Amino acid sequence: MNKSRKRWFGGGLTLALAASLLAGCGGNSDNNSASGSNSPSAPAASGSAAAKPFEGKSINLVTANHPWAEAIKPLIPDFEAATGMKVNVESFFEDQLTQKLTVQFTAGSETPDVFMFRPLQEGKLFFKNGWLHPLDEYVNKDPNYDFADISKSAVGTATVDGKIAGIPIITEQEILYYRKDLLQAAGIEVPKTIDELVVAAKKLHDPSKGMYGFVARGQRSPLVTQVSSFLYGEGADFLKDDKATINTPEAVKAFTTYGTLLKDYGPPGVLNMSWPQAFGIFGQGKVAFLTDANSLYKNATDPAKSQVADKVGFAPFPAGSAGSKPYNITSWGLAVNAKSADKEAAWEFIKWATSKEIVLKTQEKGNPGARASVWDNPEGTTGFPPELVAVIKESVKGGVDHDRPTVINVGEARDAVGEIVQKIMTGEKNIQPVADKANEALQAIIDQDKNK
Amino acid sequence: MYTSWFDRNLKWIYVLPAVIFVLVMMLFPILYTVRISFFEWSMSAITPPKWVGFDNYKTLLTQERFWKATGHTISFTLVAMVLEVILGVAIAMLLSRQFRGKNFVKTVFLLPMVATPVAMGLVWLLIYEPTIGAANMLLKSMGLKPLLWLASPNQALSSLIIVDVWQWTPMIALIVMAGLATIPSEPYEAADVDGAGRWRKFVSITLPLLKPTILVAAMLRLIDVLKTFDIIYATTQGGPNLSTETLNIYGYVLGFQYFKLGTASSLLVLFFGLVMGLTLFMIWMRKRMEGQYD
Repeated sequence: MNKSRKRWFGGGLTLALAASLLAGCGGNSDNNSASGSNSPSAPAASGSAAAKPFEGKSINLVTANHPWAEAIKPLIPDFEAATGMKVNVESFFEDQLTQKLTVQFTAGSETPDVFMFRPLQEGKLFFKNGWLHPLDEYVNKDPNYDFADISKSAVGTATVDGKIAGIPIITEQEILYYRKDLLQAAGIEVPKTIDELVVAAKKLHDPSKGMYGFVARGQRSPLVTQVSSFLYGEGADFLKDDKATINTPEAVKAFTTYGTLLKDYGPPGVLNMSWPQAFGIFGQGKVAFLTDANSLYKNATDPAKSQVADKVGFAPFPAGSAGSKPYNITSWGLAVNAKSADKEAAWEFIKWATSKEIVLKTQEKGNPGARASVWDNPEGTTGFPPELVAVIKESVKGGVDHDRPTVINVGEARDAVGEIVQKIMTGEKNIQPVADKANEALQAIIDQDKNK
Repeated sequence: MYTSWFDRNLKWIYVLPAVIFVLVMMLFPILYTVRISFFEWSMSAITPPKWVGFDNYKTLLTQERFWKATGHTISFTLVAMVLEVILGVAIAMLLSRQFRGKNFVKTVFLLPMVATPVAMGLVWLLIYEPTIGAANMLLKSMGLKPLLWLASPNQALSSLIIVDVWQWTPMIALIVMAGLATIPSEPYEAADVDGAGRWRKFVSITLPLLKPTILVAAMLRLIDVLKTFDIIYATTQGGPNLSTETLNIYGYVLGFQYFKLGTASSLLVLFFGLVMGLTLFMIWMRKRMEGQYD
């Protein structure tokens, strides 16, 4: 008796476990809105239903853990009050975000309705997979929205096959960060060209005193976006007219400059550094120069993160032989799920979140947006140090609208490019064969795109 | 009516939940992976998966990167496992004696095992930091030259092996300690009568009697080390320059960074075969060794 009861128990337990596992797998995110921005009392049963066309509706928004998301969350209750719509927010780290979206879209999920995405990293793939709803029909519906006010190059970044895949929310350019105090003490001018940068980095490089000349991303894939401005500055690019061009003399020169700067004047361990480590060591006051995106400037100027917060200077990206050509791109955009049940509601949210008024508010919190009118508005730049504003305005002029190879399979292409630079950093002298091989790999990736 | 039907089929009904669980949660994913491995698919909702036969396998097997990853997986696994078994047995022998504070020491030894791997990975990332990390401070204090650790393509894999050994040796020690407790005391008494020394007793009595336990521990560890993902992903993501990219990491990259679900699946099928093969080999070896003492 006792035995059979035990078996019953065992069987039942297995069943229960299996059921809970299955439930865990099938569950969607409707109910677990983890963010604090939702008020638990949902339907505001007011009588003005006519003025609130979205009364009783709800959308799901998925964001990255990004300062923009932190800035928009406190504003959402206003939007909910004005439209009667309920917005459920979930936030994830970058990598998990891509994974979550990929899995949900593959499963044909109706949620999330609206999500943050990186147009240059995932835009093409997501669009070609039919996961993004093109927004062309919406953007010009409401004249008050003033779509033309959003920077052309930013929209260009978020456009796939001539269709608008998403609306830009964060733009960024590569700039030069430097230590004002060190340059002043050594009597060095702020470098205006790459050659001057190399000379200055060499002068300030003193490893015996724990001082290094230059730091930037050294990890294989993350470094690709930051080497891109070096590439454009030499008149090179990742590809031209469907031909891979990362083994041209100009490209190899640019890669060599970047790799050699890091190898000869970089801190130890730079091969394993992405931006958090690069900003980390810069913030500890151990490095004189750093090149990375301007949107990350708070990591260098926030006293909580940086010991040299008041000594950081900003400068436009140094010029190569073809001039100063930093990337000027949309790093984050908002898009609508092609399977979303209520695309009108989803667009209503995007329209609000990227309106002049809201972009002004998020930009005041230090999130560089894409609206020209907000940049022209003196209030729009209060979130940035004045010196940085000047640099941004300068950088936007000659900017290039991509910072990585514009192919569908960005991940693979980045690894191909990154290998060249990593080989230079590990001391490979004969770099042309490495570049030729990487170029072949990149060409194969480009050719694959044509069949899709 | 119903009762008699139930009674007759009771043996099937009882196992049904377990069978369904295995089918849905284990067999289905494996078979589905095998199926996708013959397709080219970027998870598109528009373009359906395209049948490519054995192309995905061909791509992998002719690729330098795949074989390098296989090499990293095997050398990481073997070195880590052997070190863990040797250290684990040694620690178990030490802890099997009676001394003051034994329970405290035992608990401390088990701590690495219960810690979250990703958190530990991040802690080791700091320890290995070339400029400010504890590992180089230690080396410098001993008058040795500082190393680059995870940041050097030549040292990264060894550095990761150290982390794995640190984390999982306690598990081997735990299993071996349990095995030690089951060894009868008579052989030792007989050996004392014969005048055998400590080392002789260890080699001629303890080790042979522990062999089955050690093999089980080694097998469990082998399967686990082969599948190591968390500490590598949390520290190097396979870098620098792919020097720590194991099959598991490469599979993840193929799937979630390159979005090549077909190729990723065929890699996982090959990987599954490798784990299966090594496990069967270990089981076969265990049987053969057990046979020696029959």
